[in-house]
Amino acid sequence: MEKQQHRLAFGTLVITSKLPDTMVHFTAEERAAVVSLWAKVNVELVGGEVLGRLLVVYPWTQRFFDNFGNLSSESAIMGNPKVKAHGKKVLTSFGNAVKHMDDLKDTFAELSELHCDKMHVDPENFKLLGNMILIVLATHFSKEFTPQVQAAWQKLTTAVANALAHRYH
Amino acid sequence: MVLSAADKSNVKACWGKIGSHAGEYGAEALERTFCSFPTTKTYFPHFDLSHGSAQVKAHGQKVADALTQAVAHMDDLPNALSALSDLHAYKLRVDPVNFKFLSHCLLVTLACHHPAEFTPAVHASLDKFFSAVSTVLTSKYR
Repeated sequence: MEKQQHRLAFGTLVITSKLPDTMVHFTAEERAAVVSLWAKVNVELVGGEVLGRLLVVYPWTQRFFDNFGNLSSESAIMGNPKVKAHGKKVLTSFGNAVKHMDDLKDTFAELSELHCDKMHVDPENFKLLGNMILIVLATHFSKEFTPQVQAAWQKLTTAVANALAHRYH
Repeated sequence: MVLSAADKSNVKACWGKIGSHAGEYGAEALERTFCSFPTTKTYFPHFDLSHGSAQVKAHGQKVADALTQAVAHMDDLPNALSALSDLHAYKLRVDPVNFKFLSHCLLVTLACHHPAEFTPAVHASLDKFFSAVSTVLTSKYR
């Protein structure tokens, strides 16, 4: 009887220690800012621009895309069909983050492992890409991309970058 | 990081187009920095940081004027920014990470106001330019 109680007590302790206390908390305003802007995003167009700009502005990021063909100039990169396709893929995945803002670590667990074990991507690159998303959104939404809207998106891209880095070892 | 002839030309052209808006953009970039990166506010405990603050407006103008000077002397940034470099190293001592935050928010501000001019190539040149300025401003830290 005593043993069972101990086990029960121990079990309770284990459960409580697993509660997510590292969750990012988004306010209602931040959620609204993210969701409402995302609804207007042309994922295919913006995705291509985001990845393209990453490769133009930070050329060393081209190291991950040896098989993408011509990346020799700004126009080559921005017009490259593989860049556009992959950009769309990446941003579509980012759309998942918008749907699961309270559960980013679990949502991106598998992708995190993939980026570490198969693609060997330095997590620093997630921050660079996140900032590219912000900048492309700024070019598309101008006055609508207020400091408050930017801050909400800044928080989201940082949280996604952290989630993607979470399973690294 | 070296600024190519194309970079310098891009930066000069872009900054020229901004013209008299530079101060306004400087203030907006600061506001964006304080909003997105709240830790940056620790350097301004003596400021009113609310939207439209006169102090932020004035400081934004200061930052913009310094950048205008930098644009005019891109071939010799260390000399042109020497006094500011001393100020940041010995008096202000702003942690180097913060220059990246402000640079990013300057880019966002320009992207918002001049999306057509803010092509990937111009974006790259400006990013490099702000990075070069940041390097000079932190060059005497130790």
